[in-house]
Amino acid sequence: MHELGIVMNVIEQVDNVAAESKVEKVTKVIMEIGEVSTVIPDLFTDAFNWAKKKTNYLKDAELELIILEGMTYCRDCKGTYRTVEFAKKCPHCGSMNTYLVTGDEIKIKSIEVV
Amino acid sequence: MEEYKIVEIKEDIRSRNNEQAKQIKKDLAEKKIFYLNVMASPGSGKTTLIVQLVNRLKDKFRIGIIEADIDSDVDAKTIAEQTGVKVMQMHTGGACHITCQMSWEALLELGLDDVDFVILENIGNLVCPAEFDTGATQNLVLLSVPEGDDKPLKYPLMFEVASVVALTKLDVAPAFDFDIERAKKNIAYRNKDAKVFVTSAVKQEGVDELCDYLTEQITKTIRI
Ligand SMILES: Nc1nc2c(ncn2[C@@H]2O[C@H](COP(=O)(O)OP(=O)(O)O)[C@@H](O)[C@H]2O)c(=O)[nH]1
Ligand SMILES: [Mg+2]
Ligand SMILES: [Zn+2]
Ligand SMILES: [Zn+2]
Repeated sequence: MHELGIVMNVIEQVDNVAAESKVEKVTKVIMEIGEVSTVIPDLFTDAFNWAKKKTNYLKDAELELIILEGMTYCRDCKGTYRTVEFAKKCPHCGSMNTYLVTGDEIKIKSIEVV
Repeated sequence: MEEYKIVEIKEDIRSRNNEQAKQIKKDLAEKKIFYLNVMASPGSGKTTLIVQLVNRLKDKFRIGIIEADIDSDVDAKTIAEQTGVKVMQMHTGGACHITCQMSWEALLELGLDDVDFVILENIGNLVCPAEFDTGATQNLVLLSVPEGDDKPLKYPLMFEVASVVALTKLDVAPAFDFDIERAKKNIAYRNKDAKVFVTSAVKQEGVDELCDYLTEQITKTIRI
């Protein structure tokens, strides 16, 4: 499962930060996940809850996911639109000359520690 | 209530991976090592093609192989027996892609002092391995005949990141409605710079041409 590989990445990074900042434990991990980032939030949360048991600092950590909307910009008509609905093709003018502005984030925003 | 503190991290997993990949590319270039990342679906012929490439190129270059794709019958040991070059088996724990960090650790474990060409057989998957740059000098993507010539349309990113594409198992083309020209057109639609080779490992066709291309690319990297 794709989510597990990414969760392992996140956990390793957070565990390192926790060790460096000499905290007792991490109580929450807050992440920003883009709508078109290839991460499925439910699977990600399940994987997180499974994988956290094997860590030093995250055993009791809760995961909060902030979902960011996927938005695409059209170079031809300078319009923006929702990526999830229209993918690469601009709904305003039909152009394929477009690029993703937001929505592919898999970002660790912050953690709460005690 | 327990008092808690907030630690800002603000780090994107993929951006971090890309930063690491840049560093690996730089380190490998300094060491004059050409690193080829082979990606494709499971069963598309990665291991078979790698063995044939290595056996043709091992007299010209010092080669090492990293096996990330765990195949039940063809593992690192078999490849080592078939080629005689050094192979290291990565322990991926059933992951669907490898990260740059994993790639770097594998390179170090393989040992970089006695190689000029390293091949990574990535995990069989057309989706997420394309999103995680391994730090490779070039990506070789395989598309086998039974998968269909429309795959470049369905898995755009994989073909966008490819420097070179090998169509494989052309010997079985008559049994499928695979159209080479259509496959080439679909690849070019995603990536007009990708070099395409038409191969059959069984009939040993197209493999020499791919070797010539690789020889030229490797030579450029290691002789500067
Ligand atoms: N007909 C045909 N079969 C092939 C060819 N190359 C590989 N195969 C077969 O395809 C299967 C999977 O090959 P393998 O190299 O293990 O694929 P991998 O999973 O991508 O490493 C094996 O049974 C191979 O013998 C080819 O050129 N033609
Ligand atoms: Mg294999
Ligand atoms: Zn993955
Ligand atoms: Zn437009």
